[in-house]
Amino acid sequence: MNRFAELLDRLIFTPSRNGKIRLLTEYFREVPDPERGWAVAAITRDLEIRSVKMAAIRGVIASRVDEVLFDLSRDYVGDTAEAAALIWPAEHGANRQPSLSEVIETLNSASRTEAPAIVEQWFDALDASGRWALIKLISGGLRIGVASRLVKLALAEFGGKEPQELEELWHGLKPPYTELFAWLEGGAEKPVNAMKAPFRPVMLSHPVEEADKPKIDLDRMAAEWKWDGIRVQLVREGGEARLYSRTGDDISDAFPDVIEGFPANAALDGELLVFDPDTTDHFAVRPFNDLQQRLNRKKVSAKMLKTHPAFVRAYDILWEEGEDLRTLTLEERRRRLEAVIGEGLPRVDLSKRIEAADWDELARLRAEPPIDAIEGVMLKSRDAPYVPGRPKGPWWKWKKEPFLIDAVLMYAQRGHGKRSSFYSDYTFGCWRGDELVPVGKAYHGYTDQELKKIDKFVRDNTVERFGPVRSVKASRDHGLVFEVAFEGLNRSPRHKSGVAMRFPRINRLRWDKPAAEADELSTLEAMLPRQ
Amino acid sequence: MKPSELLHPTPAGLYCPPGDFYIDPVQPVGRAIITHGHADHARAGHGAVLATPETLAIMAVRYGEVFTEKRQPLAYGEVVEVNGVTIWLVPAGHVLGSAQAVVEHRGIRIVTTGDYKRRRDPTCAAFEPVECDVLISEATFGLPVFIHPDTAGEARKLIRSTEQFPERAHLIGAYALGKAQRLICHLREEGYDKPIYIHGAMKRLCDLYEELGVPLGPLLPATIEKEKGEKDRFAGEIIICPPSAMQSTWARRFPDPVPAFASGWMRVRQRAKQRGVELPIIMSDHADWEELTNTVREVDPAELWVTHGREDALVRWAELEGRRAKALHLVGYEEDAE
Ligand SMILES: [Zn+2]
Ligand SMILES: [Zn+2]
Repeated sequence: MNRFAELLDRLIFTPSRNGKIRLLTEYFREVPDPERGWAVAAITRDLEIRSVKMAAIRGVIASRVDEVLFDLSRDYVGDTAEAAALIWPAEHGANRQPSLSEVIETLNSASRTEAPAIVEQWFDALDASGRWALIKLISGGLRIGVASRLVKLALAEFGGKEPQELEELWHGLKPPYTELFAWLEGGAEKPVNAMKAPFRPVMLSHPVEEADKPKIDLDRMAAEWKWDGIRVQLVREGGEARLYSRTGDDISDAFPDVIEGFPANAALDGELLVFDPDTTDHFAVRPFNDLQQRLNRKKVSAKMLKTHPAFVRAYDILWEEGEDLRTLTLEERRRRLEAVIGEGLPRVDLSKRIEAADWDELARLRAEPPIDAIEGVMLKSRDAPYVPGRPKGPWWKWKKEPFLIDAVLMYAQRGHGKRSSFYSDYTFGCWRGDELVPVGKAYHGYTDQELKKIDKFVRDNTVERFGPVRSVKASRDHGLVFEVAFEGLNRSPRHKSGVAMRFPRINRLRWDKPAAEADELSTLEAMLPRQ
Repeated sequence: MKPSELLHPTPAGLYCPPGDFYIDPVQPVGRAIITHGHADHARAGHGAVLATPETLAIMAVRYGEVFTEKRQPLAYGEVVEVNGVTIWLVPAGHVLGSAQAVVEHRGIRIVTTGDYKRRRDPTCAAFEPVECDVLISEATFGLPVFIHPDTAGEARKLIRSTEQFPERAHLIGAYALGKAQRLICHLREEGYDKPIYIHGAMKRLCDLYEELGVPLGPLLPATIEKEKGEKDRFAGEIIICPPSAMQSTWARRFPDPVPAFASGWMRVRQRAKQRGVELPIIMSDHADWEELTNTVREVDPAELWVTHGREDALVRWAELEGRRAKALHLVGYEEDAE
């Protein structure tokens, strides 16, 4: 357990991706089965431990620590699990440290009455980091900034395999993954994916740059709208149906309406969107903000299902009735997709194709799409097979021009890792009368050279400091203006400005522009989608 | 006479009316007893300063020779009388020259610990408990979550990291007085004999420690000449700087540094994350919770007064133990000062 805790500690404090992968592969090399497999499970999945819950842990703590002292400590530390781990007054005895496997196996077979006493013994045997890991494991809150994608990359690196292979296997595997590790270490055949309705890694596109246009033969391309939802894969195999995010996370539980409204035995690639329940003859797509309200929820309320119904707008098919279709051309797959959807399914429709003779016509369509929930156009080679990953050539995305505004730098925050000595995260505002109202935050878009200059400006114009944040001189006659580019705008009652930007970035530094001439908040409000 | 007539808090600091002096005053006063050289305890501009010779030397390095009108060196164990009040200084184990101030008058003895710790520190004399009626204890780490780990282990953790990441400079924030020199000594004890690079602001205090008999081994300035390849010189090396320099433009000269911080606060993940630390080194010059509570039990004063830090928790603990305790609420001491 302490080795696992050490891994978690190191992962938390290592900001770089490569550093994290290095730590993980090292761990896989040093730690035997089944321990390493349980570690993978603990980091990537919610391991539900039924025999003991956080309330029972609190009871265990209360038996040894004065309540007032615990509350003072928790207020200071800011996190119950960490405060509990640090405050535990260990009774030193002949306690043997449990392994992670032992912890999981024991707790899964213990009863609710037995479990707290077992945990108490382990608390005595472990150090503070070990206790913290144990509590996090029990509370199911192992949020340590390591995405399951990163763990899969580390596993692939460890075994010298392609990441795609792991993605494809992933959902059929069960902890502690001994057959997976045997394969990665070259001691066994590749495990067979026995799971029904598995995830298949998705095909991604490249953005169209000016220089790419001559290389793209529009005659050989099919054009579609690019929908502003989230990319999903909808799969049914007999009684088993699942909805996956583009990275292969199973989000079925949050979208029972979509699962139920998809009776076909097939795997579709498409966009998850929310529609207006009052329009019944077709799916009237609602803005991304409406979809946002259904994302990040594990379970969905009956009311939400009524007011924010979801559907999938499909554009590809990867598998049907036992047949892998990925080697077919796009045109062949399209015909199969049209046959499956027919006149439409309860919660799936077909993403229509658009016709454009040349780039000019395409540009017009892109600039003036019929509805707000379109963020550009897609170009896909008609004769290309479905290739997972991001092959260059067959698929292109050509997004709408971003929105641009001029805003004034108000606050700057220190960055992390390589940027920890630079003020690299910026909050900027627009004018409302003589007052600047913060409208967004961005931490990329500038070059290293520009970063140095902004950093110097921040240091030379600091008004106040609050921990890692500095407020910067920003008035009508003094301030730094950013041209900020962003992909869209939502209403947001949580922000003082009433708006929230999507994907803002610093497009240009306007050293030349007087702060007084930055945009008004009303300019931004006019960019909001029609309600 | 009540103890509070011998010593009580005022806006300028702890004041002794019969002796007419202050202990670690935060404003300029006529006569001050200074427990140790940290900036929030030792300020310039007092009429007379009574302190250990080491503390006086440290103040002279920090503030210049004229930091006070009159210096009164008092070695550990020497006794003086000031206006009929008896005073002596006892090692506090905090930094070089640090002392507890013992004040005695008409049969009442009050011990002010100043900042202190109980674990071994190769750079200074060890804390000595003194029997007393009132113990005025610091409480910087006065929460039961603060249990500092073994110091040598933390030094080894740093050395191991330089071996794991030989291509990266290790940039360690450490307070210029005490922490930096102690870290260096512990690294030496663990067999690290390569030169250690130090920020310019640390040089004079390191020199003073050497002069006062604390060997630090080879130290080099962390400067870069404007020549090609110079930056690589720091790959895998240990560089120590004041915490404030970690985020300054100065830090940019090092290639892809591992930011580390040597402090008792590093025990709390959130604090370490907030500072952008990749390698937390839990090393403190203050007593942890066990040291604080064990010291109170050992000294066993009739009354415990608690000053700067997390006073509430230590007072609560004392109440649970059936001890008389109160918080002094002195102002002007930095909560993060280490
Ligand atoms: Zn101090
Ligand atoms: Zn202090």
